Amino acid sequence: MNWGDVWDAMFGGLPYYGEILALVSNSVWAGAVLGLVGGLVGVFVMQRDMAFAVHGISELSFAGAAAALLIGADVVGGSIVGSLIAAGIIGWLGARARDRNSIIGVLMPFGLGLGILFLSLYSGRSANRFSLLTGQIVSVQSDQLGWLIVIGAIVLLGILLIWRPLRFDSLDPQAAAARGVPTTAVSLAFMLLLGLIVAVAVHIIGALLVMALLVTPAAAAMRVTAGPLAVPVLSAMFGLVSAVGGILLAIMGTLPVSPYITTISFVIYLVCRAIGARQGRVTREHVHA
Amino acid sequence: MSGAAPYVRNDADASPLSIRGAALRRGDRELWSGLDLDVQPGELIAVLGPSGSGKTTLLRAILGLEPLSAGTITALGEPVRGRGNRRIGYVPQQRPLPPDTALRGRDLVALGVDGHRFGFPWPRRGDRARVDRLVHEVGAEAFADRPAGTLSGGEQQRLRIGQALADDPRLLLCDEPLTSLDLANQQAVVGLIDRHRRSGASVLLVTHDINPLLGKVDRILYIANGRFMLGKPQEVLRSDVLTDLYGAHVFVLRAGDRLVVVGAPDAEESHHHHADGEATA
Repeated sequence: MNWGDVWDAMFGGLPYYGEILALVSNSVWAGAVLGLVGGLVGVFVMQRDMAFAVHGISELSFAGAAAALLIGADVVGGSIVGSLIAAGIIGWLGARARDRNSIIGVLMPFGLGLGILFLSLYSGRSANRFSLLTGQIVSVQSDQLGWLIVIGAIVLLGILLIWRPLRFDSLDPQAAAARGVPTTAVSLAFMLLLGLIVAVAVHIIGALLVMALLVTPAAAAMRVTAGPLAVPVLSAMFGLVSAVGGILLAIMGTLPVSPYITTISFVIYLVCRAIGARQGRVTREHVHA
Repeated sequence: MSGAAPYVRNDADASPLSIRGAALRRGDRELWSGLDLDVQPGELIAVLGPSGSGKTTLLRAILGLEPLSAGTITALGEPVRGRGNRRIGYVPQQRPLPPDTALRGRDLVALGVDGHRFGFPWPRRGDRARVDRLVHEVGAEAFADRPAGTLSGGEQQRLRIGQALADDPRLLLCDEPLTSLDLANQQAVVGLIDRHRRSGASVLLVTHDINPLLGKVDRILYIANGRFMLGKPQEVLRSDVLTDLYGAHVFVLRAGDRLVVVGAPDAEESHHHHADGEATA
């Protein structure tokens, strides 16, 4: 492989960029919705210390999608079923963080193994196989893209409707319960919404990389601000930029979308960390002065 | 201790909190039983006792978050039922917030104003003014706009009290509100609670150290060894009374204007020993 090949892989499609963009415009929309909603949901994933749960859910979502592929059912539907089963189990059995981590640790390899079994039994087009693990949004059919966008919108609506009680419960569950917040119902509703958005993310960036859109943007935003509005807005923006930017860059060449998304998301995090460290130093100096 | 007491009973003569025949069982261990308590308006009652004696559970039962094994509780004129009660203020045992908490100090207070509301999180008119007033009430203006996770324990505790006072509750429950605070912050927090009490609200406060509250507390509910003692501080904080309650030799020592309980099984803190400590029995 020489530099010419690299150039072709990355930018070979540039002369036809307009036409390619028109072909994948639905993918861009799906990416935008996922980036935005994933960023918002991620704020609560961080506050509730559930990064590991996201990973666990995504592996079962992958198993569900692989099972659907094998039996010829709808792949998006399969991933949602897998996601919701995992989210339900984690929500019911893992109220406490310790229990939760062990349950996820047990579920995750089982889900992943099951998924790999289904994929190896599947005799259809092999391109579909690993796209569930590492993502390939541009290969998702357009009627399914429509579904992904609709599900993302439902999650957005749901998260906004339970925003304040969910935030209260995430920060101080005892005080929230004392003030009449139905904390169990709110937690389960959040798990349901998380399961849905993870299922969407599996199709767009792949089960193994879901955290790049559900954890990294929120973690980055929390490095630079503590505002109750600023954190979700920044996180949603970071998610949007990563997802849409990744797709727009990837379609210039023949490389897959996911590494672009994960790299952008990671670079944003690094920049925020650097800014946060500077802010921290300034604040400390200010306090000691 | 209650009933016949010559308290002025004006409107809706209901006591802010009335507990009848309450019992709490954990597994087959009975933590306490036969608890009767009538709290008067403006009364500050401290709940003392070793850890695991069901003090926190008592507060949670009053809020309707945990069931009693027996007995009834009437809070603010209504029998306790269901889950949670916004008319009661509650300061749970403090957990320090993680440093990267996505919240400013004033948002901690705001949770008491709108944290229970479902629906699109658009701000409602008047909410901001309410939060400003609460922040002012607990003297938190200076640090209200800083990230909550970077505030000191004392600063966070002031804001949590502001959160609990959001609806000007006539009954305030505080669970160890003074733990891990330095003396100045303890006094500040006691001052805030006492000021709210003087507005006519009743306070039930769980603590393991009575000293910051001496002079302010009206009665003490001392739970230990499956039994309890209820009375004025000078009636309860006595060597003979606590020895009887614990069923073990317990000494209440007076050191200057501080009281030190020595020898109580499962003491939660290391008590200071004063060489010239004078034993008063």
